[in-house]
Amino acid sequence: MAVKVLIPTPLQKFTGEQATIECSGASVNELFDALENNCPGIKSRLCDEEGKPRRFLNFYVNSEDIRFLEGTETPLKDGDEVSIVPAVAGG
Amino acid sequence: MTQASPSKTKSIGPTFTKLVSKEGGTEYPLKAIHICEETFAPLEVAYDYDAIRDRVSRETIEAGPNSIWRYRHFLPVESENPIDVGTGMTPLVKSNRLARRLGLKNLYIKNDAVNMPTLSFKDRVVSVALTRARELGFSTVSCASTGNLANSTAAIAARAGLDCCVFIPADLEAGKILGTLIYNPTLMAVKGNYDQVNRLCCEVANTHGWGFVNINLRPYYSEGSKTLGFEVAEQLGWKLPDHIVAPLASGSLYTKIYKGFREFVKVGLVEDKNVRFSGAQAEGCSPIAQAFKEGRDFVSPVKPNTIAKSIAIGNPADGIYALETARKTNGHIEAVTDAEIIEGMKLLAETEGIFTETAGGTTIAVLKKLVENKKIDPEETTVAYITGNGLKTQEAVQGYIGEPLIIEPKLDSFERALERSRTLERLEWQQISV
Repeated sequence: MAVKVLIPTPLQKFTGEQATIECSGASVNELFDALENNCPGIKSRLCDEEGKPRRFLNFYVNSEDIRFLEGTETPLKDGDEVSIVPAVAGG
Repeated sequence: MTQASPSKTKSIGPTFTKLVSKEGGTEYPLKAIHICEETFAPLEVAYDYDAIRDRVSRETIEAGPNSIWRYRHFLPVESENPIDVGTGMTPLVKSNRLARRLGLKNLYIKNDAVNMPTLSFKDRVVSVALTRARELGFSTVSCASTGNLANSTAAIAARAGLDCCVFIPADLEAGKILGTLIYNPTLMAVKGNYDQVNRLCCEVANTHGWGFVNINLRPYYSEGSKTLGFEVAEQLGWKLPDHIVAPLASGSLYTKIYKGFREFVKVGLVEDKNVRFSGAQAEGCSPIAQAFKEGRDFVSPVKPNTIAKSIAIGNPADGIYALETARKTNGHIEAVTDAEIIEGMKLLAETEGIFTETAGGTTIAVLKKLVENKKIDPEETTVAYITGNGLKTQEAVQGYIGEPLIIEPKLDSFERALERSRTLERLEWQQISV
């Protein structure tokens, strides 16, 4: 299950300054664990103490917000692209 | 009014000191960064309020430029010569006819439909952001916009001689596209909604080293909205109102008006008072109003579907702070339908001579709803914030307003047409009274 993950700047110190990394996982939850294995420390930045995604972060699977899909249970398949994007002010 | 305290603080140099995370309070240097590395919460500019208190008084502000820069000590810029395109100091109009129609005694309209140079409140935030962008050494500026911000960024970048690339959803109103292109920026019309544009821009901001006014410059940019609070307080004769109604998109403007009022109290320019903050959303994109109604302290994103495109943000970054502000001030957040928004635009135009865009129609429709639901006391000094100009969203009202009476260049043709229009008016009046 090779998935491409886009990493925002503040998290790139965990990925050796890489803006994208390849990872695997059958769901977003599994992807979090796989990311932690590859880049130790990253999961506690992505998720709060209860293991839920942080409220200021948005997660997209192929451009769709996971809150419109199945949340962290959203299944992933080969070739999917997951982006992690902090919330932005409007206008 | 301002007490001159013994001056231990510096009297020159910037009054802003650092960026601080809104969750956790981690401090950061004054660079082009916008989120906390630990919690991803937004960063906010912190000030030395003792230094501000030493430098400002009602008199020094009144003697300042007739623009937002009369409040420069409250804004996060160092330049002696900020980019001043006459932004701000828009009229605060005492409403007579609309107030009477609604049954209010002390209603004011803050009219940013005539803000300079691009006829929306965005000129305030962009003037601050681009001044700061120049200080931080950016030569290209950019933004993710629902239209008004695109107009403003392109215009003020042109004035400042900065390169400009703006991103908008491809389905925007024609006036907003033309009103951007005239300044000759690079304009990217993205096939998607605003939230998708935002997401793309975050990725571009990471890689291109541009100053995005509402992304990496956001802490500075958003401070510009405080001037909508400062001006209302000054224009009311250095007093805070009792109640304000403002539109909610990302929630930033609303929370910064609150911050502006609090800062004026903090430095002794106005007396403290509880100001109630009410917010307006369009039903077709009302994630904050829904959370308010359901008593939630989190905002679930929605997919926008409304004519009020300038406030159609389905995933509002400052939504939780807007909720907090409404609740702690005893205000309300309401949503209205597209039909009510159009009625709101017409009502403001017909009673006050102000042609606002859909966001302003939303504010007026919510104002009306709050009055009808007895959420506004008729005696309260209430300020409705009109943030954009109706000429930019003409599509919204086409088909809902009258048509010209086509006549021959002859007196009898005119008389016949006049008679016909008076008969129609009488019929309409009868329909309303029934």
